[in-house]
Amino acid sequence: MCSTCGCGQPDGAGTRLTVVHGHDHEHSHDDHEHAAGHGHGHGHEDGSGHGHGHEAGAAHEHGRGHGVEKVIAEPETRTVLLEQEILAKNDGLAAANRHSLVERGISAVNLMSSPGSGKTTLLEHTIRAVGDRRQALVIEGDQETLYDAERIRATGSKVVQINTGAGCHLDAQMMSSGLAELDPPDGSLVFVENVGNLVCPALFDLGEAARVVIISVTEGADKPAKYPYMFRTADLVLLNKIDLLPYVDFDVELCLSLIARIKPDAKILQVSATKGDGMDAWYDWLAKL
Amino acid sequence: MHELAIAESVVGAVVDKVGDGAVVAVRVEIGRLSGVVADSLRFCFEVVVNGTGLQDARLDIDEPSGRAYCRTCGDEFELDDPIMLCPCGSADLEVLSGQQLRIISVEVV
Repeated sequence: MCSTCGCGQPDGAGTRLTVVHGHDHEHSHDDHEHAAGHGHGHGHEDGSGHGHGHEAGAAHEHGRGHGVEKVIAEPETRTVLLEQEILAKNDGLAAANRHSLVERGISAVNLMSSPGSGKTTLLEHTIRAVGDRRQALVIEGDQETLYDAERIRATGSKVVQINTGAGCHLDAQMMSSGLAELDPPDGSLVFVENVGNLVCPALFDLGEAARVVIISVTEGADKPAKYPYMFRTADLVLLNKIDLLPYVDFDVELCLSLIARIKPDAKILQVSATKGDGMDAWYDWLAKL
Repeated sequence: MHELAIAESVVGAVVDKVGDGAVVAVRVEIGRLSGVVADSLRFCFEVVVNGTGLQDARLDIDEPSGRAYCRTCGDEFELDDPIMLCPCGSADLEVLSGQQLRIISVEVV
């Protein structure tokens, strides 16, 4: 079963990966992209209680001529110790992603927030601002549509859209597939716009160099307290849309103090992606990656 | 619902280890500070085991408490709340345990 959406397809089959071109056609990779997942066909059959593991269809006879009466007993069980991390597979893939990125001097930044915090707008302005110094490319994560990818493409940046279907986060396998399609040049900057969600993406390492959590002043100032796991993973918190502070009921001090309670060493920058306030500090932070 | 992906990871890891044979029980450790909800995991486990050797398996979940060390007062204490505060008021803590997501063992026929 697919881990992304719980459908009956092989793992990853519910995820669509689309390279967004500047032309008038699009193509998806539904028919071949993830077909080589893990096809462990579960071939066990009901009634296979007797333990001589014959192949299905192999000629043999039961019940006669054994010469020994067998006592049917409750099957004994044995315990196999695993002692392994549940997310070992994801974390292994993430480590491979990280290794490959570091080797090629590519910095990947994972942007996470609730929907509507301004991630795509932030990216549009950031790409235009830093693009002269360092090529910026984007992996877009959304459940559906190419809307954000089209906006990024309009900046001239190369972009790959990953649609997760019912999935609520990107994982290291999706990151790996996205990077393979994106094919970022050595030394470039890759932004990952994660699925808008302050819960699930927190648990999944993609192999990124840094995790940035964005909260906007049109949300509640109590968000950090409500979603502590997400804020605890942040290398940087961006408080966005500060140009709207005169018009909204948002207690900046409360928000900052809650972030500090959850992650005392969190770096926090206050910005307005649309108006440009504070954005130079964000660009300086990126330049150090 | 990241518990679905967690449940799928459990099943995948168990199948990788013991093959497609019948599994009687799986024991996992879900720390109270891990961000994974045990009841949600049980629900998702029932969904994802269909068609695998785990379809009749019991999921045993241990939920160890968290422990933290306070860098301000030097105290070590039990902690189950994701908003981490020392009784002294400091948030400058080092989490010692409670964030683990581990498969401990599998019981097979």
